[in-house]
Amino acid sequence: MDSTKYILGIFDDPDEMMKGIDNLKEKGISIYDVFSPMPIHGIENKLGVKESRLPIAAFIFGCTGCTVAFCMLYYMLVHDWPQNIGGKPHFAVPDFVPICFEWTVLFSSFGMVFTYFYANHLFPGRAPRVMDLRATDDRFVIAINAKTNTAHDQIDSLLKEAGAVEIKHNDRKYVSYE
Amino acid sequence: MKAVSYDQQFEFSGKAKTYSLIAIAIGLIALVLGFLSGHTERTFANLLLMSYYFASVCMQGILFCAIQYVAQAGWSASIIRIPQAYAKVLPYAAFILIAIITLGLITSHEVLEEGKKIVEPYLYAHWATKGLSVKGSENYDAIIAGKSVFLNIPFFIGRLIVFLGLYCIFGALLTKYSNNEDNLGGMLNYNKSFKMSAIFLIIFGFTTPIFAFDAIMSLEAHYYSTLFGWYNFAAMWVSGLSVLTLTVIILRQNGYMAWVTDNHLHDLGKLVFAFSIFWTYLWFSQFLLTYYANLPEESIYYYRRWEPEFKPWFWLNIVINFCTPVLLLMSRDAKRTTTLLKYVCIAVLCGHWLDYYLMIMPGTVGPEGRGFGFEEIGIALGFVGLFVFLMLTALSKTSLIAKKHPFLEESLNHHI
Repeated sequence: MDSTKYILGIFDDPDEMMKGIDNLKEKGISIYDVFSPMPIHGIENKLGVKESRLPIAAFIFGCTGCTVAFCMLYYMLVHDWPQNIGGKPHFAVPDFVPICFEWTVLFSSFGMVFTYFYANHLFPGRAPRVMDLRATDDRFVIAINAKTNTAHDQIDSLLKEAGAVEIKHNDRKYVSYE
Repeated sequence: MKAVSYDQQFEFSGKAKTYSLIAIAIGLIALVLGFLSGHTERTFANLLLMSYYFASVCMQGILFCAIQYVAQAGWSASIIRIPQAYAKVLPYAAFILIAIITLGLITSHEVLEEGKKIVEPYLYAHWATKGLSVKGSENYDAIIAGKSVFLNIPFFIGRLIVFLGLYCIFGALLTKYSNNEDNLGGMLNYNKSFKMSAIFLIIFGFTTPIFAFDAIMSLEAHYYSTLFGWYNFAAMWVSGLSVLTLTVIILRQNGYMAWVTDNHLHDLGKLVFAFSIFWTYLWFSQFLLTYYANLPEESIYYYRRWEPEFKPWFWLNIVINFCTPVLLLMSRDAKRTTTLLKYVCIAVLCGHWLDYYLMIMPGTVGPEGRGFGFEEIGIALGFVGLFVFLMLTALSKTSLIAKKHPFLEESLNHHI
């Protein structure tokens, strides 16, 4: 039995890689993932990548931040230690706005960063997992799951046809930096 | 690559022409009725409101072009003809604004103030009434006298003419270069536009706050706020962006500008969204500082706007101009939904009318003359019609796309 887990088509030109994606999709071969050292316009649509849910997280974090700030201010300025500041009422809503706004921004930005790290398994001490080392440098990589797409020779020839400079049959999913 | 017919020309006829002419007619009827029914003060205030709104939307057209040139932006190259059409309308708008202000200053009426009969001009009565800065006169006002070096009629009108004239010149230059570019191609005209835009932005940045101080803030000449100029600038920019977005959407819905994609509208939607927040930020900054410091000469402004007939509008202003765009345009899908974007733009435009209404009315119209009726609606409709008529006429003069714009290809393939 073939021990290949993933087939990697490695390109040195993004346009050729896009052509490779088209070739594979035409033949009904599913693409596991694509790695690129730079953003490529339109690639999400082509691959059918689902839209990120990060904005939803940001919205929820923002709402949390606003609520927390409001409750904190209310507790401090109205409930726990009411003071006379410039003759204003204790519950002076306009004064609350800047702090609520800042906390909304603070929570949503930090929340987004940490959600992103969590979703991508990025935290200190974690060895980064990459499928090909040069995908972070100057190579554009199409990864195909070799277990579900069994026509390996056809995949190889399709990738070659599109202009792949190298084709790898990997037994392991990741080559890490360790 | 999409096939784009570069010679698409807007044809101004049919419904658009009829409706805009009808709107102008309604405006004129409302104007005449307003004067005949004795609501002269209110009619003048409405005329000032709409002509200021009209002029600021046209100014925003030049500003938009200038910013695109200075930033060397590519995405907007295929829609640059629309703000250029606004720029071409500015001379008319400037003439109408100056004419209305001059008329408001030279015509006068008698009012009873604290038991005294005073002859006041219809507009800018707080500083333009005779005798305010003359020592020994019975309506002498020391504060206004101190400001009379700046706020006197010749200098005031002179400033307006110089500022609006400068904007008109730069608008004409930018449109001229762009039209020359269509015939000649090459980078020469783009480079000239770049240089002129940079000069324009500096002049515009320093003069628009003064323009707003003059045209609007001096209606209540005892009050001052340094933020007022920027606050008006934000209102101008966001309302102009809404008009721009609306024009693009409506043209596209009528079969023009097929090259404008959801991506362009998404960018315009982002600008409307972002600058609505910017407007709120400035509005709130001005409000909070006044509220917190509570100095009589400043808080009088908000005191007037918190009188019972204005207070609901005061809060509605924030709801329309902040909550509507923020909540409705927040997600990516919303900005790419043309119908939603269109209605939000209309809401923002109505909201900024209300914003100007709240800036102008309390300072110009006495308690007995206030209200909301056919003058407000009719005159607003009339100016909308006038703007649409003049703008579409200007738009139909040149091709709808700047066909030799150096960034055109980038704009046609714009993707976000």
